[in-house]
Amino acid sequence: MKKTSISLLFLLIVCTACAQKDTSIQTPSRIDYDLELVVPELEIPWGIAMLPDNSLIITEKSGKLIHFKDGNKIEIGGMPDTYVRGQGGLMGIALHPDFTNNQRIYFSQSSVVDSEEDGGNTALFSATLSGNDLSDVTLLYKAQPNTRVGRHFGSRIVFDNEGYLFFTVGDRGKRDDNPQDLTRDGGKVYRIHDDGRIPDDNPFTDITGAKKAIYSYGHRNPQGMTLHPQTGGIWTNEHGPLGGDEINIVRAGANYGWPVITYGKNYSGTTITKETSRPGMEQPFYYWIPSIAPSGMAFIHGDVYPDWEGSLLVGSLKFEYLERLVIENNQVTFREKVAENIGRVRDVIVGSDGYIYMAVEGKGIYKIVPKA
Amino acid sequence: MRNILLVLFLPFVGWAQDIRKSESYTNGQVIYEDFCMLCHMANGKGVPKAFPPLASSDYLKDIKATVNSIKYGLNGPIVVNGVKYNSVMAPMGLDDQEVADVTNYILNTWGNRHNQRITKQMVEKLTKKE
Repeated sequence: MKKTSISLLFLLIVCTACAQKDTSIQTPSRIDYDLELVVPELEIPWGIAMLPDNSLIITEKSGKLIHFKDGNKIEIGGMPDTYVRGQGGLMGIALHPDFTNNQRIYFSQSSVVDSEEDGGNTALFSATLSGNDLSDVTLLYKAQPNTRVGRHFGSRIVFDNEGYLFFTVGDRGKRDDNPQDLTRDGGKVYRIHDDGRIPDDNPFTDITGAKKAIYSYGHRNPQGMTLHPQTGGIWTNEHGPLGGDEINIVRAGANYGWPVITYGKNYSGTTITKETSRPGMEQPFYYWIPSIAPSGMAFIHGDVYPDWEGSLLVGSLKFEYLERLVIENNQVTFREKVAENIGRVRDVIVGSDGYIYMAVEGKGIYKIVPKA
Repeated sequence: MRNILLVLFLPFVGWAQDIRKSESYTNGQVIYEDFCMLCHMANGKGVPKAFPPLASSDYLKDIKATVNSIKYGLNGPIVVNGVKYNSVMAPMGLDDQEVADVTNYILNTWGNRHNQRITKQMVEKLTKKE
């Protein structure tokens, strides 16, 4: 008996230690869609946006901005230099809500500009896309200071229905310095106007020394962000440490708790904190244990996928699938793998044509096409 | 006889320990934790199917391939300890000294031992593009 319980205990320890697999997610028994590789041979496609003519613009982490149209990949000229280091590179991409009339695009990348320090930090740019060249490239925001640390740059960009621009910057590997300090960049979601001006009603404009573009704080490394098609809310996902990846709905002035509260541990397995909640700090809308390494985020809306209407899509870098989450009564009620074993899913969008497109590292852009 | 063996053996042990006490190794640990640990994990065991192990990895016997993969990244299939991996490792943007430092760390941690210290000059030479 004693032997059995020791064996069981041992088994339990072994299983806890190697609990890499996510056992709570479903694998669909029937697959009613095809995965069509529409843009092959990309390196690390990081972000996708669809232009009004249904062509795609794609950010490559290495710093290339690519326009894919009529089967051709064209590198867009006039890009400012990217500081490629560690997780940093060319990342988020978004079109201006009135792109049809002003041809303005927005992108975020790690950059050395606007700092005396060695290294880089996340920068947000806007530019006019004319043909396959950028003009009027404008730096709208630069996180400070530069550092040679290679992790947690963010970064995604989303416009809300009122025309405000939201973007994310990760904690830059300085969790004890940045996310909880409003006078420092990093570990934040920011809100600005389309021309870089800071809205008068941003939550921290009255606080001396605060970075006034901050909208919410206490984030670790948000690499997914999207607009809820019905509520107009801004949803994010972020990488936790070992465990504790989160989905959050960002609210003005809210503190999402990192690293004071977290459901994750250090990579070594040691404890960061035992606290998972504290008054004045937000609980995540949802959290993943084990970590899926979430990147990219989109809600399904339209009439292409009637069975999936309203589902939330999140890419998993770690488990190499696209995750579909069903949300009912403000809760995640069902999760399943879409495109199992496809590769590291870095971004996902629902295009203006209604189709799902996902960016997969080392492969390219896949379109999910329902079977006829 | 035993003494002779000890004398022959000691310099190697000493050398390996020296690497682990070196500034290069210490700096390499910082770089590992910043750039590599997320995928290859704190214990160097990687993630099954996705990211190959560095602990007791046969891939590391080829120093040239090792430093080149750290400097320029990897794309496409590789075989490590008989298991095939097919993923992307982005170029990390490390300079040659940093590549040397993190290589020294990887080659001398988790039970790995390599008796020759990797230098910046060696990285330059091994990663020179033809």
